[in-house]
Amino acid sequence: MTDMILFGVFPYVAVALMIGVGIYRYTVDRYSWSSQSSQFLESRVLFWGSVPWHYAILVILLAHFLAFLVPSAWGVVLGNPLRLYLLEVTGLALGISTLIAVFLLIFRRINNARVSAVTTVIDWLVLVALLLQVATGVYIAFTLRWGSVWYLHTATPWLWSLIKLDPQVHYLAAMPMVVKLHTFNAFMIIALFPFSRLVHVVSVPLTYLSRPYQLVVWYRERRAD
Amino acid sequence: MNIRAQVSSVFHLDKCIGCHTCSIACKNQWTDRKGAEYMWWNNVETKPGTGYPTKWEDQEQYKGGWEMQGETLQLKIGGRGSTLGKIFHNPSLPTMDDYYEPFTFRYDDLTSAPAGKDQPTARPVSMVTGKPMKIEAGPNWDDDLSGSNIYAANDPGVVKLTDEEQRQLFAIEKMVFFHMPRICNHCLNAGCVAGCPSGAIYKRGEDGIVLINQDKCRGWRMCVSACPYKKTYYGWTTGKSEKCILCYPRQEAGQAPACFHSCVGRIRYLGVLLYDADRIESVAKQDDKDLAAAQRDIILDPFDPQVIEDAKKSGVAAQVIKAAQKSPVYKFVKEWGIALPLHPEFRTLPMLFYVPPLLPVMSMDNQGKQKMADDFFTTLEQARLPMQYLAGLFAGGNEEEVKAVYRKLIAVRIQRRSVTVGDLPAAEVSKACSVAKLSTEAVDAVYRMTTLTRIKERIVVPPMLREEAIEAGMDPHQHRQEMGFGSRRAPKRRW
Ligand code: HEM
Ligand code: SF4
Ligand code: SF4
Repeated sequence: MTDMILFGVFPYVAVALMIGVGIYRYTVDRYSWSSQSSQFLESRVLFWGSVPWHYAILVILLAHFLAFLVPSAWGVVLGNPLRLYLLEVTGLALGISTLIAVFLLIFRRINNARVSAVTTVIDWLVLVALLLQVATGVYIAFTLRWGSVWYLHTATPWLWSLIKLDPQVHYLAAMPMVVKLHTFNAFMIIALFPFSRLVHVVSVPLTYLSRPYQLVVWYRERRAD
Repeated sequence: MNIRAQVSSVFHLDKCIGCHTCSIACKNQWTDRKGAEYMWWNNVETKPGTGYPTKWEDQEQYKGGWEMQGETLQLKIGGRGSTLGKIFHNPSLPTMDDYYEPFTFRYDDLTSAPAGKDQPTARPVSMVTGKPMKIEAGPNWDDDLSGSNIYAANDPGVVKLTDEEQRQLFAIEKMVFFHMPRICNHCLNAGCVAGCPSGAIYKRGEDGIVLINQDKCRGWRMCVSACPYKKTYYGWTTGKSEKCILCYPRQEAGQAPACFHSCVGRIRYLGVLLYDADRIESVAKQDDKDLAAAQRDIILDPFDPQVIEDAKKSGVAAQVIKAAQKSPVYKFVKEWGIALPLHPEFRTLPMLFYVPPLLPVMSMDNQGKQKMADDFFTTLEQARLPMQYLAGLFAGGNEEEVKAVYRKLIAVRIQRRSVTVGDLPAAEVSKACSVAKLSTEAVDAVYRMTTLTRIKERIVVPPMLREEAIEAGMDPHQHRQEMGFGSRRAPKRRW
């Protein structure tokens, strides 16, 4: 029953919040949509926190998504023991980087008076949830080896069952506690997304690469030609 | 030809008394709120000095503006890909310490302290943390402190001078400074616009005012670095960048911007310039020394029938062309050629021009006493402020540019002296005018414009047609209860 609520119902609630509140916030209060950068107040520790955090978490997230979206290709990649080994080691190294980085981010929010002055409850919830997430992730990588393989037989079918609106929680029911925690917390972060600065993740400004440098906005329609 | 109109300005530095009224007028109106305390969209700094934020002119540190990479023009913060790569931590972002930590005083303690032997004091507290703090910097920390070895000696422009020139500048009896008010230059090749990953910053087509769309800004804080003048400011409570809006809501109502309106020294002139937008990039690519002239060159004559016709074809409204004909800025910059852009070598094509200060330059040291030089033209070489320093500020290092301006300013003085005191022969006056390449009528006009004109002549706000455009395009009833411009929510963090 608990499993059903946590892994059969809550994911839908989290995604509904992300989409519903996200759209509400974007349309009604777009002014609030920001990375909420605090580099202006503290720059040195942020460098050692933010840079490793972002580069590592983006790669880790990408791996999670690929294994879920294209499991067969992922399986082929892991077919060779050397590649599997390399992938696991890389994953572990990136995981440890995110762990250290998130500790630094938390440390600076406590330690630096200026940064702590602009830190809100939701900032703390996000950082603590992310800490929990990367800490359980690294723990799993250490204790339950070859996660990149067993993910394909547990998380992937479970996530697909969610998408098919036929939640098969038995894939997770038998998993160790720490895996359940990691999974539940992932959806917790999704639920926090629309209420927090995490919204910046969907505003990746890739159009910058192709837009003209100078932007001119006319009030009335520009000339006939 | 792609002719556009730009609301531009001239600040006459000889007339600035350094009173900071302009800064206060602006602050009261736009930045008197939490998170914006440290922002001075208008600030007045002492030159030589380090300015605000400290050493903003040092682009090796702040990476503002553009640079030539072979044949292409590139932002100094880096190419587009590299800017995105640095988005998680911007290595050239100034921090609050480069400006100052805003503070207030615990005034309540003065009246609420219990009776005791000591006089109660109002301790300074930080407006960021609320904790007691030691004030170590402020918005005008080096005000009037030129000549000091902490401020003037660290001016990035002074550091470039020769030892001899520096000695000359800091000799105690010769110490010299002037005030330099600064606002956003509403550049033609703006660094802030080009650097914004979200594309939130734009130039208004009709009048050239550069604005940050607050709903599109995502707090990537790249504009702060990309602006070489440090005139975009990061709002540390809102997570949005903000900048001078040239008081567009006031201008749309036909009024002068607040800093212009309040200026005690009446140093500020505002008016429309017509320019050829197709040539922006080629101008920005000129050599440092040619930039000031090249920028003057794309400004077009609003009386030329061909220009008027092309401007109309490009969609410039007839009333705006009329305003351009009355523009005092056109006179200063083009007709008389006595106003120069600040640091053209940053290549943003700033549209605020300065008449360089004459007084501190020309008064001479005479056995311990200050007096005006007798022979104006030869003394330009021995001016108290080295010409190289002024050329570094206003002409990308081209001394000839600033000297040409000074010759004109001197001609005006000689002519006025001959009129008011009557001790100079007519031959000397006409010689001064011909050396300066300024007609006697122009000399009179300069004198008139800099001394006698009233606000309507100094500040020629073009009709902005904006209200009509709104009404033509939208239902006025629907917008009746709005505040008229901008956001209808308080600029605060809500999520
Ligand atoms: C490519 C996508 C992303 C971009 C461009 C981006 C950019 C940024 C920027 C500019 C900041 C502000 C840093 C500062 O204070 O100056 C930031 C902060 C942050 N980002 Fe991202 N980010 C991205 C993806 C992510 C992801 C995927 C996560 C986590 C799931 C994340 C979590 C955070 C957190 C927690 C902070 C706040 C750090 C702190 O100040 O304590 N970001 N991000
Ligand atoms: S001076 Fe103004 S327009 Fe020019 S780059 Fe800076 S903020 Fe942008
Ligand atoms: S108000 Fe005018 S005179 Fe006073 S400091 Fe500002 S620009 Fe100078």
